[in-house]
Amino acid sequence: MKTIYLDNAATTRMDPVVLKSMLPYFTEEYGNPGSMHHMGLKARKDIAYAREKVASILNCSPKEIIFTGSGTESDNMAIFGYVRKNKEKGNHIITTPIEHHAIMDSYKRLEKEGFEVTILDVDREGFVNLEQLKSKITDKTILVSIIYANNEIGTIQDIPEISKICKEKRVTFHTDACQAAGYLDIDVKNLGVDMMTLNGSKIYGPKGVGILFKRRGIKIEPIVYGGGQEYNLRSGTENVANIIGFTKALEEVEKHREVETKKVTKLRDKLIDAFLKLPDTRLNGDRIKRLPNNVNISFLNIEGESVILMLNELGICVSTGSACTSADLEPSHVIVSLDLPHEVGHSSIRFSLGKFNTEEEIDYVIEVLPPIIKKLRQMSPLKYTMEEAEAKGRTPPEEVGDHH
Amino acid sequence: MADIIRKKQKGTDKVWFYTSTVKDHFINPKNIVLDDKIVEDMHPNGEGEVGSPACGDVMKFWIRVENGKIKKCLWKTFGCASAIASTSMLSVMVTENGGMTLEEAQKISPKEIMDRLGGLPPVKVHCSVLGDQALRQAIKDYKSKQQNKNVPLT
Repeated sequence: MKTIYLDNAATTRMDPVVLKSMLPYFTEEYGNPGSMHHMGLKARKDIAYAREKVASILNCSPKEIIFTGSGTESDNMAIFGYVRKNKEKGNHIITTPIEHHAIMDSYKRLEKEGFEVTILDVDREGFVNLEQLKSKITDKTILVSIIYANNEIGTIQDIPEISKICKEKRVTFHTDACQAAGYLDIDVKNLGVDMMTLNGSKIYGPKGVGILFKRRGIKIEPIVYGGGQEYNLRSGTENVANIIGFTKALEEVEKHREVETKKVTKLRDKLIDAFLKLPDTRLNGDRIKRLPNNVNISFLNIEGESVILMLNELGICVSTGSACTSADLEPSHVIVSLDLPHEVGHSSIRFSLGKFNTEEEIDYVIEVLPPIIKKLRQMSPLKYTMEEAEAKGRTPPEEVGDHH
Repeated sequence: MADIIRKKQKGTDKVWFYTSTVKDHFINPKNIVLDDKIVEDMHPNGEGEVGSPACGDVMKFWIRVENGKIKKCLWKTFGCASAIASTSMLSVMVTENGGMTLEEAQKISPKEIMDRLGGLPPVKVHCSVLGDQALRQAIKDYKSKQQNKNVPLT
């Protein structure tokens, strides 16, 4: 059975040119960049070159790039590293309800440690309330972290505007841009951010590598101690192959950004248009300010996991915000925060596209999905219309019987 | 903030394993209602519904009891693959070999259903409870209807 991979927001297939760039570092150029001899020197030089390359793409200085072990690690480094270094300036930190767990759970941890946490509101499309951001910043606020483009619903925030607000209020601003790379502007001067996270696995690069851009003058404490690599901020022998692979991947997606964005947007819109023709469906996230590769649709009255498994039988890989695919049986915190009833979250399906997807694949999905939806709706005792669901807004779960 | 934080479950590498029996019952559920007309045709004398859409699972169960045994049953669900597969299996268990008595059916435990399915991922055990709760509601409904019948109209 042919695989149709539409889960590129989870991770991507590696670009063959990226793989090729990495291979010598496993068996030939395997030196430790910290070693004195020629093998070490070669590795050191190659990392320095990679750092310069990444810096030139982000329009910053190489000294502002820290290689890490993942996007999650970069997020943790930015949040914990910054607040621990700057806690004497204040104990208030701000974020949104639609962050990746790497941010959300870091904030939760800091709340336990005594920091005061403000979670901003988002509207039904997932846009952060910027007026509220302005009003919530106090002289105790030290850090704001807001995701650039949401991984589940694809909504793109106005990062330059948020940077401006934070700059005026003299608060440090971090953004997780893992989903944005390859499609959106990641020039840190244009964006105005103080810190920014990227990773390899969303851009056809290797898993297990990320970077944190940290503007000069922003002080953080390390979260990993040891040999003092990466400007003393991220100890541990550098993963040279992954660093080279990440750099190659970033270079490639930047080089083809315009062309790929056009191509993927066309496929995305074809999927959205086809699905919205089905009754009682809803596009989650904004229609316009949306990642070119993200389609998130709720098919009301059916449960997301069933759709995923039915599509999986046909070789199609997608994901869902339904509770039934999470270990804790809670629906996606992102969709729940959009002021929509839980039912909409349970029935949401995310199709995330990538550069390897073809129009034939998209046509195939458009052909096979409607009968699956129809069958699962026939099986369902629920008969809500989307108008009813939307009018309801966010509601606490009501219980029937003695279930749970 | 607490309400949006997930409680992480340990050992999640085993979460997504489904047996082939689970898969069979999920892909081709037995006694499922795809057309509401078949419910009428069965002349159910007991029905039950549990769950809530907000929780992500609703189960509806109809039974036809004859001579103290469950002769037929039908069900519908808004639920995940585990809920579908376990209710499908439950519907087979209560009607096979001439049908279970109400007492037997009431005693079916989620564990017995899971054993017949060859197991469920630990996190999905919760989903298998739904079917047998709906069945119990249906039996309760049947019994109360029978009782009402026996009360003479004055």
